[in-house]
Amino acid sequence: MYDFEYHKPGAIDDAVKALGADAEAKALAGGMTFIPVLKQRLAKPSAVVDLAGLGLTGIRREGNALVIKAMTTHREVAMSSEVASAIPALAELASNIGDRQVRYRGTIGGSLANNDPSACYPSAVLALGATIVTSRRRIAAADYFQGMFTTALEPDELITEVSFPIPEKAAYAKFPNPASRYAMVGVFVAKTAAGARVAVTGAGNDGVFRHAAMEAALDQSFTADALKDVTTPESLMNGDIHAGTAYRAHLVGVMARRAVMACK
Amino acid sequence: MNDMSNPVIIKGGIGDSPKRTEDHRFLSGKGRYTDDINRPGQAYAYFKRSDVAHGVIKSIDTTAAAAMPGVVAIYTGEDIAKAGIGGVPCGWQLHSKDGSPMVEPPHPILAQGKVRYVGDAIAMVIAETTEQAKDAAEALVIDIETLPAVSEMRAATAPGAALVHDAAAGNICFDWHIGDKAAVDAAFATAFKIAKIDVVNNRLIPNPMEPRAAIGDFDQSSGEHTLYTTSQNPHVIRLLMGAFVLQIPEHKLRVVAPDVGGGFGAKIFHYIEEAAVTWAAAKLNRPVKWTCERGEAFITDAHGRDHITHAELAMAEDGKFLGLRVNTMANMGAYLSTFAPSVPTYLSATLLAGVYTTPAIYGEVKAIFTNTVPVDAYRGAGRPETTFLLERLVDVAAKEMGMDRVAIRRRNFIPIDAYPYQTPVALMYDSGNHEATLARCMEIADWNGFEARRAAAAQRGKLRGIGMSTYLEACGIAPSAVAGALGARAGLYEVANVRVHPTGSVTVFTGTHSHGQGHETTFAQLVADQLGVPFESVEVVHGDTAKIPFGMGTYGSRSLAVGGSAMVKAMDKIIAKGKKIAAHLMEAAVDDIEFKDGKFTVTGTDKSKSFAEIAITAYVPHNYPIEEVEPGLDETAFYDPKNFTYPGGCHICEVEIDPETGVVQLIAFTAVDDIGRVINPMIVHGQVHGGVTQGIGQALLEHAIYDETGQLLSGSLMDYTMPRADNIVNIHVGTESTMCTHNPLGAKGVGEVGAIGSPPAVINAVVDALRDYGVTHVDMPATAQKIWSIINAGINAGAPRMAAE
Repeated sequence: MYDFEYHKPGAIDDAVKALGADAEAKALAGGMTFIPVLKQRLAKPSAVVDLAGLGLTGIRREGNALVIKAMTTHREVAMSSEVASAIPALAELASNIGDRQVRYRGTIGGSLANNDPSACYPSAVLALGATIVTSRRRIAAADYFQGMFTTALEPDELITEVSFPIPEKAAYAKFPNPASRYAMVGVFVAKTAAGARVAVTGAGNDGVFRHAAMEAALDQSFTADALKDVTTPESLMNGDIHAGTAYRAHLVGVMARRAVMACK
Repeated sequence: MNDMSNPVIIKGGIGDSPKRTEDHRFLSGKGRYTDDINRPGQAYAYFKRSDVAHGVIKSIDTTAAAAMPGVVAIYTGEDIAKAGIGGVPCGWQLHSKDGSPMVEPPHPILAQGKVRYVGDAIAMVIAETTEQAKDAAEALVIDIETLPAVSEMRAATAPGAALVHDAAAGNICFDWHIGDKAAVDAAFATAFKIAKIDVVNNRLIPNPMEPRAAIGDFDQSSGEHTLYTTSQNPHVIRLLMGAFVLQIPEHKLRVVAPDVGGGFGAKIFHYIEEAAVTWAAAKLNRPVKWTCERGEAFITDAHGRDHITHAELAMAEDGKFLGLRVNTMANMGAYLSTFAPSVPTYLSATLLAGVYTTPAIYGEVKAIFTNTVPVDAYRGAGRPETTFLLERLVDVAAKEMGMDRVAIRRRNFIPIDAYPYQTPVALMYDSGNHEATLARCMEIADWNGFEARRAAAAQRGKLRGIGMSTYLEACGIAPSAVAGALGARAGLYEVANVRVHPTGSVTVFTGTHSHGQGHETTFAQLVADQLGVPFESVEVVHGDTAKIPFGMGTYGSRSLAVGGSAMVKAMDKIIAKGKKIAAHLMEAAVDDIEFKDGKFTVTGTDKSKSFAEIAITAYVPHNYPIEEVEPGLDETAFYDPKNFTYPGGCHICEVEIDPETGVVQLIAFTAVDDIGRVINPMIVHGQVHGGVTQGIGQALLEHAIYDETGQLLSGSLMDYTMPRADNIVNIHVGTESTMCTHNPLGAKGVGEVGAIGSPPAVINAVVDALRDYGVTHVDMPATAQKIWSIINAGINAGAPRMAAE
């Protein structure tokens, strides 16, 4: 990797300042994507601002919401009894991210800030209609995701926590890429107060998206059968050596039905 | 010498399974690998590599790079040419049908004039740290005019295709054949039915856990060069690099291959980086170290397989095979790697008889240059390709004939009483019992109970299939004279030096190399068993040309069959000498001395001397037959095999396919192999587990994919699918051994059987699972997408039916 300055501030304001003062500075929130990128010399930040000292870890219940602080690791989410009782689908999702090592280091905030099109968390955030709380504002999930690796975050804006409204029931079904084990197709299905929600990650050519046709069908009847004839346009799909657009479109349907059947 | 048919298992002897001696250091992080070695004052090399598959090097400006902090030196192909350094040689020469030698273009250690694949080394940057070397490499100003590239063999052989080497017209390296074409044509003329198949043997990337590394060192006072390298065969590297590349005589060149973390063939070959750091270390008079990174390994370690084959099998009305005709294209990559030409030819086409009595066989092989990483031997080297072809073809033949898959195999098996069996394609098999391995494997796998399991799976919405492969392969390559006649530019014997110390402990120096096989354990057991000394008293030394007399290294499952045999021969000499000493001490005739269980005894008496007593006498020869016997107890043997060895067996695989997603789930895998003498059953199981896992990887997961411009799309572990624990199942391993008849151990070799026998068993199971869709063949890897496409095409066609893909 290239040389860089390393900062580990103890307060959010200091972290925001450090990032604001230097356009080439980058935040480190676990580093499960960022460190490999640095090692391969694919990024050349002037400074790395490590968010591990900000005290941004923890999970709490707040009324009808589950709030997870940004630097909470995947393992903490997967093992949390709070998460398991409020949104078991979220614990299940976190327990299948990466491998054991990644789950001990990777964080929910890091994943959402990176918005990898094949990351798992964006589908949960979008389907559950979560709110991204940052160092300066609250962003609705619908406004937050803006395409592959693109979000509403400003360069010096940090996610502090994510607030998930607790659904009636939900489930996540993931078809992993055989090599990377990222989501080749991941579908998060939820029955919420606002109706049925279906968010798809891994498959779309513009990142995570909501599947309106499936939501409409599930609003009619929240059953796997209701999705039987709902198709997914190939034109929205990503294609690569592991899965072409037709296969991905097909898998969206299969994973959605499996998620509906697994809902609890 | 102990009777090896003796079924009594001595603790730590043949047939026992002591824990592996080497595992303590490997599992506790104490292994000493090449990258763990640091020489005083060493500098670090980084290779600037081509990111285009084919291009003309117009200019390289090193000025800015040379001025970067920490830079020690920068070398380009021009510097190498000026220094008069040769290219890395090919160790095997083939001739085409017309008698002309293969096209053998030079392979310079840094590209000269042209780059020919993504990964081709353009410059070597040496600096005080690797990071500084990388920084400087980024400051190199390199002007390359990109040329059209060929990455796939059909594209490379199309009219007007870009030429990888001007000397190779049509990108053909050689056009070779074996067998009797006229006899095969005659057989086809009388055929009742003909089975045909087109198969692709998918290109693989070996990925040993330890990436390659090399350190060049030079001692100015002695003029001695030392290369520490991740090699399976340090003496071969010394010979190739010393004699052909750098012109350093053997007595001034030491090659050390310390602990090596897996090889699988990829670490047999002499790579350019080894020569480059050895040369630079002498030129700079300081050690130079290079450690490959994983991404770099993907584009520089020799790849494996990559064959395209069309085959036809002529059959009589009773299902007897009458004739086999095979046409193969084999990808060589951009340059000829060390043993590349032998893989599709003498290591592959010579096995076209398989376990069958096919009387007439004709095979043709065209070797093709492409703008890709060189392709060479990878675990199995040629035999997996032929086995996959044959065992798929036999299943297709069964279908064609309307015969049962097992019945058609049995009808054509070489019967046990036909051994030794001369095949129509050069090889003479010495032993085997195909019915025994088949019957045992079918019993363990409950082959006959399959249809009930298939019906139960169907109830759960799954497509269940079962497949088998009954295979035979050739290991322990040689005799040297035969290998030489076939084009090998080296001998293929093995060397052992057995050194008995004064107190009776033993050090064995072997020319083979262990990089995961457990030689330190297996060979110690062999010596303990034969000399009657405790297992713990035997030390095995390998991997250093300064310590070991000579050797050809480890590949082709040769270590026990050839290297172990050399040890037996050396121990025979030790025992013969011991008998003379014992005869003297006990005042008996030498002929009356027998050696058993570590004791020299005067036949028919209770007079005996222990092995340790003889050892001390040999080194303290006070009362000693000094007129007829030299002091000391230290013997060396070179063992040249009389024939190949022929392991074989039966593998059965059972799978379930999820028709909704196309995912193939392994349900069961059974391997019953005939590997001859087993020294350590636990290590044998481990070898079969590992080999089968690699075979499953090839069958279901692994695929090196280039795009048409020569970029490697599966260029990292994010896109190249290595098998993981959840991709495999518990593998049932059994052995049904017949002994090799021509080596003193009866050993055949186990290193590759798993990777050779398993892929067709897996694919035959996949095809069987899809039998209702009319599928006759699925190319590897049988990925979920591929299987879904087949099923989906069938469903869209209105019925579960489709032709071969």
